[in-house]
Amino acid sequence: MGNLKSVQKAFQKIGCDVVISNNHHEIKEADKIILPGVGAFKDGMKHLQELGLIELLYEEIIVKKKLFLGICLGMQLLATKSYENGEVEGLNWIKASVTKFNFLQNIKLKIPHTGWNNIIYKMKTPLYKGILNNSDFYFVHSYYFKTEEDIILSTTEYGKEFISSINKENIYACQFHPEKSQKVGLKLLENFVNLKSEL
Amino acid sequence: MLKHRVIPCVLLKDWQLVKSIGFNSFRTIGHPTSTARVYNARNVDELIVLDIDASVDGEDINIEIIQDIADECFMPLTIGGGIKSLDDIYKVLNAGADKIAINTIALENREFIKEASLRFGTQCIVCSIDVKKIDDVYKVFNKTKGIIDKSPVNLAKEYQEYGAGEILLTSVDNEGSQNGYDIELIQLFQNQLEIPIILNGGMKEPRDALKAIQNGADAVAAAYIFHFSRYTPNDIKLELKNNGIEVRI
Repeated sequence: MGNLKSVQKAFQKIGCDVVISNNHHEIKEADKIILPGVGAFKDGMKHLQELGLIELLYEEIIVKKKLFLGICLGMQLLATKSYENGEVEGLNWIKASVTKFNFLQNIKLKIPHTGWNNIIYKMKTPLYKGILNNSDFYFVHSYYFKTEEDIILSTTEYGKEFISSINKENIYACQFHPEKSQKVGLKLLENFVNLKSEL
Repeated sequence: MLKHRVIPCVLLKDWQLVKSIGFNSFRTIGHPTSTARVYNARNVDELIVLDIDASVDGEDINIEIIQDIADECFMPLTIGGGIKSLDDIYKVLNAGADKIAINTIALENREFIKEASLRFGTQCIVCSIDVKKIDDVYKVFNKTKGIIDKSPVNLAKEYQEYGAGEILLTSVDNEGSQNGYDIELIQLFQNQLEIPIILNGGMKEPRDALKAIQNGADAVAAAYIFHFSRYTPNDIKLELKNNGIEVRI
């Protein structure tokens, strides 16, 4: 969808060479891997499966430890499972689940959570270098990521406090859309590009 | 906290961006790409572009121009005008828009809203409602169909039920008038909908935005003020912030 192009455009804007690809050879050649995504969890997993990308991504990211950035659905897919329209298995790289926003009756909040919302830092990270705590990013999602692992970079408030970005070793992921978040978003992408692999 | 948005809303006509006055006359704002670039540089929350060549003159949607505009936008972009099919939506989103706005097709066929929101997600379907006051009663107005004997609030509720993600509410009488937003109109919508309402038409000064939001608008859209006055979108947001409204600065 439009999202892929927006992400590509944003990387181009900061002068980074980026390729949209499902080609195994190209993915193996890449220095860093980005998994964007808007849409349903089940479709996302199905597409990865059909393209034979689940094993390939595992090899490149979990085994070879290539730097990875998941955006929106690309973050949610890292979880063990999602409860989006039934129970769907995810990549299970992180012990996490994905659940729909569910508010008490007296809280009148709209789903999807769409718009600009601030992120509250929970951990210091090079991903947010030069970006102020409480900066606003652009969100569009109905489901959110839950984990007990100590990997939370930021949370955001929407009826409840939910996880808006994470980092586990070489894996970075955010629920919001940096490619649509103006200056702070481009800065985040630039920070990601500047991350040095520990290998 | 989710922020209230201030959104420039401009029209695309004869390959130029224009601002309409009461839906009739137009003033040129500038070239689409350079205008989008300026808005991007001004760090606006979102941008709405309505293609009136496509909606009124029945021309094909200007996909290339939309793409050029999208290339300059690192913020959400809503495109409307002339959308008649799911395929049109696909093309517009594929050109780089994040949301699409529909008007005539939504009036003609509620099922279309449902199909579109199922396929692309409710968050990207904005239903636009134009309103005109006739003998002191608010009526729905459509550029090709004229006055429709329907209450705007009821129409918005129907749209919501069929899967609209947002309502773009424009007062035709106030549009381009610089008389401020139609506060009486937005009051009618207070607590009526679960989806956000973007109020459009008439902002003259930052105070107008404050009144609109205090009276129930989730976001405000405007054009005239950003092009033909000294105020920038940020001035509006500062006014909101100073009055306790959550905005993104």
